[in-house]
Formats: sequence, structure tokens, C-alpha cells
Amino acid sequence: MSVDLATVKRVAHLSRIALTEEEAERMTSELNGILGFVEQLSEVNVDGVEPMTSVMPMQMKKREDTVMDGDKATDIVANAPNSDRGFFLVPKVVE
Amino acid sequence: MTDLTSLTIAEARAKLSAKEITAVELTDAYIAAIEAANERINAYITVTPEKAREMAKASDARIAESRARPLEGIPLGIKDLFATEGVHTQACSHVLDGFKPRYESTVTQNLWNDGAVMLGKLNMDEFAMGSSNETSYYGVVKNPWRARGSNLDLVPGGSSGGSAAAVAAHLCAGATATDTGGSIRQPAAFTGTVGIKPTYGRCSRWGIAAFASSLDQAGPIARDVRDAAILLGSMASVDPKDTTSVDLPVPDYEASIGQSIKGMKIGIPKEYRVDGMPEEIEALWQQGVAWLRDAGAEIVDISLPHTKYALPAYYIVAPAEASSNLARYDGVRYGLRVDGKDIVDMYEKTRAAGFGREVKRRIMIGTYVLSAGYYDAYYLRAQKVRTLIKRDFELAFQAGVDAILTPATPSSAFGIADEDLASDPVKMYLNDIFTVTVNMAGLPGIAVPGGLDHKGLPLGLQLIGKPFEEETLFKTAHIIEQAAGRFTPSKWW
Repeated sequence: MSVDLATVKRVAHLSRIALTEEEAERMTSELNGILGFVEQLSEVNVDGVEPMTSVMPMQMKKREDTVMDGDKATDIVANAPNSDRGFFLVPKVVE
Repeated sequence: MTDLTSLTIAEARAKLSAKEITAVELTDAYIAAIEAANERINAYITVTPEKAREMAKASDARIAESRARPLEGIPLGIKDLFATEGVHTQACSHVLDGFKPRYESTVTQNLWNDGAVMLGKLNMDEFAMGSSNETSYYGVVKNPWRARGSNLDLVPGGSSGGSAAAVAAHLCAGATATDTGGSIRQPAAFTGTVGIKPTYGRCSRWGIAAFASSLDQAGPIARDVRDAAILLGSMASVDPKDTTSVDLPVPDYEASIGQSIKGMKIGIPKEYRVDGMPEEIEALWQQGVAWLRDAGAEIVDISLPHTKYALPAYYIVAPAEASSNLARYDGVRYGLRVDGKDIVDMYEKTRAAGFGREVKRRIMIGTYVLSAGYYDAYYLRAQKVRTLIKRDFELAFQAGVDAILTPATPSSAFGIADEDLASDPVKMYLNDIFTVTVNMAGLPGIAVPGGLDHKGLPLGLQLIGKPFEEETLFKTAHIIEQAAGRFTPSKWW
């Protein structure tokens, strides 16, 4: 399988990465190089093989549903590029 | 007096506890070495001398009270991927511009709890994506090794290039690193140092910027096998904050150093003999076989038939996981923000400016293989192939093999800005051909120096073990180290 310029632009938008025309063209050839490389997986017979979901056979750890952490609003917004009184500020989303 | 920075961790520990040296003296020696060398090597992106001296003072006080902990007063470098409270933590990416976490990663907290001293944060490939440390926002790291008679700069490998270079150039006693496809073992091999990627689940991933969550593991890079064992003993833990942390007690890894390997069965996988591999690598591998045989191990040929599919499967699984992990860098909660005409435009501009080329490439590959209509053909198939890769190893271990010996890398360190590699991302990816299988199967792997090539550059051997049998790797790697000797670069910096 290979990608064309339009697909690359669509994927860039899905990835929320702005690309210039020139970057999109270069990316098209690079992505096709990588997709060509992974193409060899199609020759492997995977009939009846379960996909690997965990490295070690183990039960997902569970814990009591209790409050263990919190009251850290100041810490949480401390690194935000733009915040006000414990809120993250973003451009207007809802009219 | 000998240069304090030439001491291994074990040697420094002995001198500290005998009160021949102080932790402050040791720390000062490293800070001076970093100040003198870092402009040329570029291993550190942030040095924390005040913090280091403060920690060293506290260590000296504990030593005076005979309350020394396992790593008391040992100065370490920390890969920039680990969250360190109040200290630069950016995964060497521009997108995390100015980020200083309000929390500490479990692995680094374990080290500080054991008395270690933090010297600063180490350079790396951006978000650990790379095999040469050239994708760092903070510039390339230079390998302390140069070819004999040459003054050409070489890469230290990646992604833990700063960690490996700092250890090789004696700019720290040991370093933390992480390994998703070979990022501990390949740079260790390129710099004549020892690096171990433990079993998936041995070290907590909490507080380590995520790249590919099902593959990422932390581990140490050290000057010798004993030091690597000492460091892993402190880094590893059972952590309720990481659901993939495995509930097994951490053994005394250092106790395995010096143990016999008599009667152990070492597997030699024929699939690791790849086309175009330099003869020197093959010769080194055979030398490794001879050393282990001389030490009483039984050598058996084995087959791991799905080896060649590990790298292509990795380049689906790792980018897929990266694309979702890196979705959090949106210009809202931390790091860089580039304003736009609306929120989507802000996201797109922030991520365009914040991520480097390699990271963008991988996010896009990941987004593509996970997108509607392609999930089964790519991601699901790759995860099935991963099961087959893991099964290959399981069959070898079931047949009685205790550990597997392979070369660590297909070549020695290459030049900075190598045109051949820069023009084709896949060629760079092939650096991880011998290491990536281990991540795909979740197994432990150690890289240990085996010798020098004709250019005088270090080459490494890799040992792969059963899950949670790191001790087997340490004792076997120590046998190789005893036979091969240790390798130190001549100082040019």
C-alpha cells in the first residue's frame, strides 16, 4: 500500500500537524519508504494467531476506588502556557 | 591522587565508605569534568551543580553517621525523558519548552532514596525516537570515541546518546536510560559501555515521557557489568503507579557478578547472521562464543524464524502507540504554544513548530496505520506477528536455552550527518535490527563491550535472557567482560 499527497495531507490534519506543501511532498515519499518496508509483514501467515496484548501474562492491577491524590490545581496548571485562576485558557471553541 | 572521575561506582562506594574521599569531592570532580568537556561532547543539556552539591553534602552527613544507603554519594546523569521535580524535563523536544514537572519519576525517586546525587539532565533523541542522537532539539552528542588517527566526529548512538557518551567520557558515574527498540543497548555498544534493558515491567514507567507504552523500559548505562547491576538494583521496583509494573521482588543483582556459567546453555540464533554484516562483527560473535564455551557453557544453534519481521512490526506498533501518546502535546497544558486563528489552527501550528522531522514522521505513520480501514491490515497484523516473535523465544527457552548471544549492532559508530542514513529513514532504522526483537518480546537484554574493530571503535555483544532473569545476563556478561577487558576512549575533548 502507498499513500498519495492528498492522503498525507489528510493524515497530517488528523495528527494536528500543519505541513507546508514542500513538507507534505517530502513526507509522502518518506512515508511510502516506511510503508514499503513494513509491507513484508503481509507474507507472514498469521491465521489463528492471537494478537499480543501484554508481554507478561498478568491480570490488570486493580485498586480500591478511593480518592488517593488531588488538591493540586496549582501544580497542574503550573506549566500551562496560558491559565487563569486554576483554569487552562484556550481560544474560543463554542460561539 | 587519582582522578576521582575514573572510579567505577563500586570503587567510589568503597572509597566513600572507607572515608578516603567525600561525596562532595567526588561530585565536584564530576562538575569540573562536565564544565571542561560538555561544550564539545554536548552530553548534558542542563547541569544542576547546586542541587548536586546539596545532595552530596547530605550523603557525607549520612556516611559520617554510618547510615549510608546503597548509592550514597554516587553522582549520576539522568536522561531528559525522566521527570525530575523542578528541573528541565523536555524529552529533548521543543514542544515541551520550559516544562519543569511538579513531580518525580519513580525510577529517579528510587535512585535519590538510595542516596544517589543528580548531576543534571542528559541529551537524547527527541522523545527517544532515533538511533544517533541527531533528532535532539539540543543538538547532536559527540561520541567520546574516534577512529584511530581520525578527528572525525562520530555519533554516540541513540536514543540514549547523552547517557552513553557521559558514561564513556567519565562525565557521570552512571546514567539512567530508556530502551524502546534498542535505545540503551545500541548506544552502549557504540561507546564501549554496558547497558541493560530489563524485562518489561521491571522498572516503573511512571514519570517517564511515554513513547511506545508496550515497549518502553528504563535501565542503566554503566562503565562495567557490576555497576550496571548495582544501578538496576536501585532503579527497579514494584510500583502501584504503573499498572504494568510486575509484582516480583527485586533480587540482589550484584550478587550474580562472579558466579559460574558452567553447564549453562547459550543459544546462537542463525537468523542474526544478516546480509552485508561486516566480517568483524561475525568474528566478534565467534569470539564471544569461544569465551562462553571456555567458561563451561554449552553452545547450541537455535532458530528464531520470525526475527526478520521484528523491525517492520516495530515500525507499526511503536509509531501507532507514539501517535496516541504524543497527542497530549497540544499547547494547552504544558510546553510550547503557537497561537492560531482558532483552536485547531493553534494545535496544528504548535505541533508543527514543536516536533522535529522524525517525530512528525512517526506520529503520521502511527495515525495512518490506526486510521479507519487500515487498523486490521497494519496494527492488528503487527501485533499477531509480535506473538510469533515472542513464541520463537519461548520455544528456544523451553528447549533448555538459558540465554542467547548475538551481536549488539550491525556496525560500529558512524559519522555525524551521514548522508546515506539521512536520505533514507529505513536505513537508520536498521541499526536496531538485533535489539528490537527483545523489546517486541518484552525480554531482558544486555549489551557488553566485546572488542574494538579495525578502526579502533568499540563493538558490543548482546545477551538475551528469559523474563525476569536479569541475574543470568549479569553473570554471563561479566564472563565476557573478564575475557574482553574494558575499553576507554583516549581523551580529545
